Amino acid sequence: MYSEKVMEHFTNPRNVGEIPDADGIGEVGNPVCGDLMKIYIKVKDNVIEDIKFKTFGCGAAIATSSMVTEMVKGKTIDEALKVTNKAVADALGGLPPVKMHCSNLAADALHAAIEDYKRKKERKDVAEQK
Amino acid sequence: MKRVYMDHAGTTPVRREVLEAMLPYFTERFGNASTIYFYGREAKSAIEEAREKVAHLIGADPREVFFTAGGTESDNWAIRGIAHANKEKGKHIITSSIEHHAVLHTCEDLEKEGFKVTYLPVDKYGLVKVEDVMNAITDETILVTIMHANNEIGTIEPIAEIGKALKMLDRKIYFHTDAVQTVGKIPVNVDELGVDLLSISAHKIYGPKGVGALYIRKGTKIKPFMTGGAQENKRRAGTENVPGIVGFGKAAELAEKELMEQYEKLSYLRDKLIKGIMERIPHVILNGHPTQRLPHNVNVCFKYIEGESLLLNLDMKGICASSGSACTSGSLEPSHVLLAIGLPHEIAHGSLRLTLGRDNTEEDVDYVLEVLPGIVEKLRSMSPLFPSKGGN
Ligand SMILES: Cc1ncc(COP(=O)(O)O)c(C=O)c1O
Ligand code: FES
Repeated sequence: MYSEKVMEHFTNPRNVGEIPDADGIGEVGNPVCGDLMKIYIKVKDNVIEDIKFKTFGCGAAIATSSMVTEMVKGKTIDEALKVTNKAVADALGGLPPVKMHCSNLAADALHAAIEDYKRKKERKDVAEQK
Repeated sequence: MKRVYMDHAGTTPVRREVLEAMLPYFTERFGNASTIYFYGREAKSAIEEAREKVAHLIGADPREVFFTAGGTESDNWAIRGIAHANKEKGKHIITSSIEHHAVLHTCEDLEKEGFKVTYLPVDKYGLVKVEDVMNAITDETILVTIMHANNEIGTIEPIAEIGKALKMLDRKIYFHTDAVQTVGKIPVNVDELGVDLLSISAHKIYGPKGVGALYIRKGTKIKPFMTGGAQENKRRAGTENVPGIVGFGKAAELAEKELMEQYEKLSYLRDKLIKGIMERIPHVILNGHPTQRLPHNVNVCFKYIEGESLLLNLDMKGICASSGSACTSGSLEPSHVLLAIGLPHEIAHGSLRLTLGRDNTEEDVDYVLEVLPGIVEKLRSMSPLFPSKGGN
């Protein structure tokens, strides 16, 4: 049912874990089947230096989480924002139709983490100006 | 790789003795049982012999056993057949919320035709209450259909008690039970259960897929499900699946002969598996009744993880099992049975069903107990819900 690439990421997921002093945290729930994904990013000079994830979900959800972290690690924030759900699914050699919604989770969680980072940064910048 | 099949509630392999009994009926004994010449008579007598064996297994008269294309057809036939033949007496049906989809979706379909259906709740063990059944009865009630044991959580329902209570009424209400999971696993006797209709499937008892039977008590008013030829006493048209029926008969004969021995063996392995899981893994819930359960059924929920990723990991270790997680169902809804026993969505997510069979050994159970804790731990370490050491 799953491609070899999905199974490979599922078996050896990259970047599992948490970042205690993360610059941004994104958490999204999957309204379709009730799963949960959390992505942590560490940003330096606008580049995603480190990224970790935790996922409560199916094989596809775990594989897409792993894939998305691999795709954006070392990339700039702008490059990371361009990663779409479809790009993640494609990079995994496709997902079964019933599992397409799981790939939404990964890109959405990444984008949420970046939003969170931007918000925090703005607040810090304002505080520093004062 | 070592392979351990623990999904016997899903299906079972055809036993060698069963296959051997079937084989001649594909080739040299190919006759159509409706014909009068030698080959036809040969097929006819093979069908009748199988009917006797299936009838014997459930304590019925062979004339009350009708072959079908499986458990799903038997359920459909029983419910639609009774509903349509008795609708002038009333249009109310009582069932439970944990039935197999073959029953639930059939009832939902009848609702669209104007029938009223009561879906009884169950307690936290999955038990239907006899009083609830009796309280749900109205002047319009024509059928009660409650499964003998649940296919997911293994809980055995008080069918005999319900049957007895229904007999006390001054009016006939037909009583059907889906016994697909109990026949061949625990003693099943249609008179002791007090049922008028009972569904069976061959592939759950080491027979072939696509064959089953519906027991219909003498005198029951029911519409045929298939119309056409005069087969099955004009009640189920269509040229009989002779090899399948012969295989079903052989499987029924063996199941009856080995029932007690298998019951002992399976319940021993089941208890060892449950105890082993509980001892080795924290945050586990046993689903279903602790004692009033099928001898081969283990169903647990591991909190904080999801069932499909659990099944994939088990499969990589050669273990075949099933889950009621939303992610494993085509509909992306969690199992209706797990929700009906009161589990929240996220706990139902981490469900695992292991169902034992005659080929499973104590080593298989030990192997599962050896492999499972590591898999659960690995998935929990990836779960955002699992409380990490520092608190989260
Ligand atoms: C309780 C129950 N009823 C009905 C069925 C359907 O039987 P079959 O697969 O023969 O159609 C099954 C098995 O899938 C079952 O477990
Ligand atoms: S996370 Fe539920 S189906 Fe993928």
